[in-house]
Amino acid sequence: MAIPLIVLAAILLFDLFFTPGFFSLEIRDGRLYGSLIDVVNRAAPVMLLSVGMTLVIATGGVDLSVGAVMAIVGATSACLIAKPSGSILSGIPVGTSIPAIIAVSLGVALICGLFNGVLVSFFSFQPIVATLLLMVAGRGLAQLLTDGQIIIFTNPGFASMGSGAWFGIPIPIWLAVGMFGLMGLLSRRTNLGLFVEAVGSNPVASQLSGINARTIKLAVYAICGICAGIAGLIGTADIKAADANNAGLYLELDAILAVAIGGTSMAGGRFTLAGSLIGALLMQTLATTIFARGITPEATLVLKALIVVGVCLFQSPRFQARFQHRQAGAQG
Amino acid sequence: MKRLITRERLPILATSIVCLGLYLLSGFNFEGFFSLRVAFNFLTDNAFLGIIAVGLTFVILTGGIDLSVGAMVGLSGILVAFLVDSKHWNPIAAMAIALGCGAVLGLMHGYLIAKFELAPFLVTLAGLFLCRGLALWISKASIQIKDPLMTDMASFHVGLPGGASLSLSSILFIAVLLIAIYASRQTTFGRAVFAIGGGKQSAVLMGLRVPQTLILVYMLSGVCSALGGIVFAIYTSSGNAIGGTGMELDAIAAVVVGGTLLSGGYGSILGTFLGVLILAIIQTAITFQGTLSSWWTKIAIGTLLLIFMLMQRGIVKATERTTA
Repeated sequence: MAIPLIVLAAILLFDLFFTPGFFSLEIRDGRLYGSLIDVVNRAAPVMLLSVGMTLVIATGGVDLSVGAVMAIVGATSACLIAKPSGSILSGIPVGTSIPAIIAVSLGVALICGLFNGVLVSFFSFQPIVATLLLMVAGRGLAQLLTDGQIIIFTNPGFASMGSGAWFGIPIPIWLAVGMFGLMGLLSRRTNLGLFVEAVGSNPVASQLSGINARTIKLAVYAICGICAGIAGLIGTADIKAADANNAGLYLELDAILAVAIGGTSMAGGRFTLAGSLIGALLMQTLATTIFARGITPEATLVLKALIVVGVCLFQSPRFQARFQHRQAGAQG
Repeated sequence: MKRLITRERLPILATSIVCLGLYLLSGFNFEGFFSLRVAFNFLTDNAFLGIIAVGLTFVILTGGIDLSVGAMVGLSGILVAFLVDSKHWNPIAAMAIALGCGAVLGLMHGYLIAKFELAPFLVTLAGLFLCRGLALWISKASIQIKDPLMTDMASFHVGLPGGASLSLSSILFIAVLLIAIYASRQTTFGRAVFAIGGGKQSAVLMGLRVPQTLILVYMLSGVCSALGGIVFAIYTSSGNAIGGTGMELDAIAAVVVGGTLLSGGYGSILGTFLGVLILAIIQTAITFQGTLSSWWTKIAIGTLLLIFMLMQRGIVKATERTTA
């Protein structure tokens, strides 16, 4: 966790000197505005995804379908609100109640997560493959729900999930931090965290010591689905529309990247939720800084690629061994 | 012994049956589906996907994965279009540069994966970002290719009886396919690929040059995807930085449906060819049907993928039971 924190601090320090007004905050209409708030607000969906992804990766898996789940959930909620004619979802009697719409949408997200979980834990599919399935078919399902259209809606109550604020702080930030806090408590105050790490570091040993690895895996994929669902709701509420093609596109990669940068090993075992959160913030700070400097946003993609290779190299035992060997050679 | 061989051939048998079944089903339902022209269009319309899937098969046979192939299609397409149309390069030189890019990217992937044992999907994920970033850097707008040599290539075809024709891209696809089948079955390289997928540790103990083979495999996939990008650029007569988005998934689907195990060690290039044909038939049938929307393709591919994976799972379990 130390390296990403230092990198984040370095970028912020750079902004302090070279990006004018990066740290200025102001209150307008009872809501905080400023680059810093903007960074956290924009990072909120990836923060949410990375919370679920951390748990999944800690069990030795990976979930490639979170972007597609975001699209499905976005399509579901938009169809429930806008009620386009001929929609498959018209039959669900949610009326205009926002809690009911959110509940149904998150229910769909839970089903997606459970689908992944069942394939991984009960059919012993490789996680990459199992979740690839929903990644391929998921966008098709989302387009089926929206009938290939971009569903636009007007519902100030629902839209506030994306653009509203509580106590001056944007709601997406509350949701991301809330989910992070909840999972942090669950994994550190209950046995869940220990069990997840046990399953990830040695599945056979954990099975022998009486941990039900199947249930744990099912649970983490379900949690990951819910996280993706909330991220999908935020994304849809933010643009007040559901775009089955582009909602959450490539965000699964950002989430995996955040987890990798945060210091959770891709091989499973020990995990750090706080690290993943820093990873997500680091990437968004980088993107915002690049944008503020007037450099083409495409540079962000190239930089992300370099960062992920660098972080993975530093985590690799082979690289560390070679590096230490060289140091020892230099000293001797 | 004989039964075991049958079991090993089960995936490709199932793939052939599904392929034939889908073809006959579509043929009897849609008028004109059985024509030679439609059959050869399977090749022309999916040549780029086929070339990519062939390269990817080698990677998957070693137990790895390459997520960067779709982004490489975008990069090599926009690179060729940019060099040829904006910089007035000779198209052949531009294509050579694009293929070189693919080889260099593959070399980087292979080196990181073989020498530092990084997870293939993470390394190639970084490759995906790198390619998309570079491609968008070259040009965000799509570039139309107006070079006479390139347009000649696009319209070049060998006429066949029955109104069918073999386009340049399908000839390239068939050539790549034949070379790959030869390389996978008749060379030491091919045997090393299967051995690594079957068990890396034992491959090392057998004295095989594992790192070199891995690097070569990822370079092969890089070159194939760059070639796929060139074919895609010729096919669409333009280069587009976001071209090939999601193509990595189609390619993986084709490989898996073709009977190659994603855990490595078992599979065939011929199976991948059948996998590409199955995707092509589904796509064409949905176009012929007319009222079904394009997203049904994705759902159909996903469902097919699920069925094949369940079947593979069953075969692996059954084999385990026999050996135990």
